[in-house]
Amino acid sequence: MAYLRGFGKYLPERVVDNVEMAALLGVEPDWIREMSGIEARRFARADESVAEMAAAAGVEALERSGVAATELGLILVASGSSERRFPGPASEVQYRLGATQAVAMDVPMASAGALFALAQAEVWALRASKILVVAAEKMSGVVMTQPMEAGTAMLFGDGAGACVVDSQAGRARIVDFELGTDGANAGELKLEFGAAVHMNGRMVILHAARKVPAAIRTVLARAGLEATDVRMFLMHQANANLLAKIAQTLGVAVDKFYSNIARYGNTSSASMLIAAREWDEGFASGEKVVFAAFGAGFQWGAMLVEGV
Amino acid sequence: MKQKRISELVAWIAKKPVNIGTDESLFESGLLDSFALTDLVSALEKEYNIHVPDGDLNPRKFDTLDKIAEYIEAKQ
Repeated sequence: MAYLRGFGKYLPERVVDNVEMAALLGVEPDWIREMSGIEARRFARADESVAEMAAAAGVEALERSGVAATELGLILVASGSSERRFPGPASEVQYRLGATQAVAMDVPMASAGALFALAQAEVWALRASKILVVAAEKMSGVVMTQPMEAGTAMLFGDGAGACVVDSQAGRARIVDFELGTDGANAGELKLEFGAAVHMNGRMVILHAARKVPAAIRTVLARAGLEATDVRMFLMHQANANLLAKIAQTLGVAVDKFYSNIARYGNTSSASMLIAAREWDEGFASGEKVVFAAFGAGFQWGAMLVEGV
Repeated sequence: MKQKRISELVAWIAKKPVNIGTDESLFESGLLDSFALTDLVSALEKEYNIHVPDGDLNPRKFDTLDKIAEYIEAKQ
């Protein structure tokens, strides 16, 4: 048994609107909004690291959970944009938080990283008791360097989201999750060191639009639920049009899919937990909430939680 | 002629007439985008009572009316 105890987020101060982004990329501001639903994104300072943003989100999640850093038994940090091959940001996050009793592990996954880390936390909960899951991305550091591809660079922003998972108590219980990997398409969305993000957008959308609803239906069916029973869907914020498509496929109103993509763009793995922190009004007793994500790998999944 | 019926499905999804050759790209012509493609695949599955497995989910297989017709022939 594992519970979600509280969420945190960190967004860099600098707001980059479509006018500024369009000038950088040589495109029209309206084109960015029409293609993605994005109106602005945040960019980290040049000297701001993935670990620094992760720790800031972690601090807020701990505060909102009433948990001290020294109580943590495990820290999981998801990121697809960390600055080094090794060590990943997890150990630095542990140091920055002063979480001296915690083991820190990296989950080097973009997009779906937060979901996979939450699932790992559920599995680890009995052993580690209190776990901090963080997802942090500095996408500006990889998409705003040459060679730059406008259709990809316009999508991304920086930020971090966090969640404290507790084996004993929390606001919502993890009921079940369903994860999937399709390594045959590992080359369709990738970021090599020193290269630009490669994204076969048609392939990504085609697979995401089918695999995510299927995972959601699977996890709901195992609980005897329908999509209409769900209070809110907290998804990886990849693209507003994709959220709408998945809502349509599931037969629910698009306003059941929390969206902040207009303000932050796609913050990759961080986005799902940033969304959870912002929606934080919910998780009333018995209320069902679904987390879901799709990303590079391809890797995807859905997690059902229930308010306590 | 499967291409005629497929063309009707494409026109219905794209919400515009299909005035291109059967070997011309539905994407490059602006008829389909990434999201419309997902609708087209679902419509083809329903129309021809076929299942498009994950391994076949590749835009290249659905890029022209001819390729779609060939794919459906192979699946039936």
